[in-house]
Amino acid sequence: MPKAKKSFLAPITESQIYRSIMRVGIPSTRRERMMIVLSNVFIHLHPARIPKHAVKVKYTWCMGGLTFFIFLVLTVTGILLMFYYRPVTEYAYGDIIDLKEQVPLGIMREIHRWGAHLMVITVWLHMFRVFMTGSYKPPREFNWGVGVVLLLLTMFLSFTGYLLPWDQLAIWAITVGSRMAGATPFIGTSGPGSALLALGDVNFVHEASDARFAMLGGRFVGEATLLRFYVLHCIGLPFIIMIFMIVHFWRVRKDGGISGPT
Amino acid sequence: MSDDKPGPGRTPEKKEEGAAVTAGTGSAAAKKVASQPIVRPSGPDRVPRRTLVAWLAIGWLAFGASMAAYGAMFVRFLFPNVLFEPKQSFLAGFPDEYVVGAVSERWKVSQAVWIVRDTETLYVLSTVCTHLGCTPNWLENEGKFKCPCHGSGFYKTGINFEGPAPRPLERFRVALTDSGEILVDKTKKFQQEKGEWTQPESFLAV
Repeated sequence: MPKAKKSFLAPITESQIYRSIMRVGIPSTRRERMMIVLSNVFIHLHPARIPKHAVKVKYTWCMGGLTFFIFLVLTVTGILLMFYYRPVTEYAYGDIIDLKEQVPLGIMREIHRWGAHLMVITVWLHMFRVFMTGSYKPPREFNWGVGVVLLLLTMFLSFTGYLLPWDQLAIWAITVGSRMAGATPFIGTSGPGSALLALGDVNFVHEASDARFAMLGGRFVGEATLLRFYVLHCIGLPFIIMIFMIVHFWRVRKDGGISGPT
Repeated sequence: MSDDKPGPGRTPEKKEEGAAVTAGTGSAAAKKVASQPIVRPSGPDRVPRRTLVAWLAIGWLAFGASMAAYGAMFVRFLFPNVLFEPKQSFLAGFPDEYVVGAVSERWKVSQAVWIVRDTETLYVLSTVCTHLGCTPNWLENEGKFKCPCHGSGFYKTGINFEGPAPRPLERFRVALTDSGEILVDKTKKFQQEKGEWTQPESFLAV
C-alpha cells in the first residue's frame, strides 16, 4: 500500500512515548484493526468483530449494556456519596438532608437513587428481552443462571441501599422486608422446620440466632442493621456482583457472542 | 533435575535459546522421548507413589478442614455476644400505676410493649404487628390498635378484626415480684390462636 502524505500529527504518533502506549497506529487493514482490539486491555473486552445484527438496537434494546453503564454510574456516584454519608443512626438522615440542601452538586445523591431504580428496571427488561428472543437456550443456559444470580444481587443491592437514608420509609420497609429472612426454612424463627433444631428444651433457632438476626445484627432494625447494610451495600455486594459480571460477560463471548436472529 | 539423567532424547536440537522454546521443537522432542522406555527416578530420593498420594490427601484434607473452620468462624462472627438492645425482661412498676380500662403507652418506645389493665386482669401486648412487623398506633377514640403500614386493626385485647393481619397480637409473660412490682419477660410469648392466653403467666389477676 503506498503511503499517503504524512499527517501533521506524525511527530506525536511516531514518537516513542506514543508508540509505547499505542502499539498499533491508525489502522488501515483488517489485521491492524484486529491488532488494536487485541493489544488494548479495555477494548479487548469487546469482541474483535461483531455480527451486523448485534448493533441492531431493535433486537437487543442494548439493555445489558445499559445496565452495565448504569452500574458504573452508580459506582462513581456511590463513592462520591461515601465522602459525606456516615452510617450511624445519629447522623445518617442528617447527612442525606445535608447532601440535598448544602453539598454542592448534592444532586449526585438523586442520580444515585434514580440510577438505582433505573438499573432494576433495565435488568428486568434485559431479562425480558433474553427470554423473548430465546437467548437462554443452549449453549447459553449456564449464562441464564448467572444472570439470575445477577438479578438477585441487584435486588439485594437495592434492598440494602433502601435503608441508608434512615427515614421512616426506610426503617419500616426493611422491617417488613427482613421478615422474609425470618421465614427461611430451618434457620428462620417463623420458617418451617425451625423447631427441629432443638436439643430438649433448648431451641437453637430463636430471634437472636436466626437468619434474620444475622442480616439485621439485632432483634429489630437498629444501629447494627444500618452498619451491616452499609457495608454490604458499599463493599460486600458490589464485590460479589462484579465477580458474577466478569463471568457473565466472558460467557456471552464464549457462548458464541451476542445472540441474534437465526 | 534432568541434569543427572541425560536421556538420549534430551539433548538434540539446541539451535538457539529462543527457538528451543517454540511449540514445534517441543512436540518433536516429546515424540522422540515417547519412543524411549520411561526412566523412573530411583535411589534414596525417590518418593513412592502411594506415599505421595497419601501426603497429598492429608494436605488437601487439612486445607479443606481449615477452610471449613474459617467458614464456621465467618458465620459465628456475625452473631455478637453482647447486644446493645434493651434487656428482654424489665420491671414495669406497680399494678396501681395503671389505670383500669386504659392502654398504657409508657413502655411502647423503650420496650415495645403495651400494658393493658381491665377490671380483673393486666396483660402485656407486643407492639409488633402480626402481619409484617410494623408498630400499630393505639387510637384512643376508636378503641383499637391500627397499623399504619397495611391497615391491620386489633381490639384492645389484641384480637385482630380488620386488615391483613393473620392472627392476634402476641402477649408476653407477666408476673409479680416479691416486692409487688410487675415483671415483664419478653422471652416467653403467649399466642391466642394456640389457646395460650388462658395460661397462668399470660396475664396478671389484679
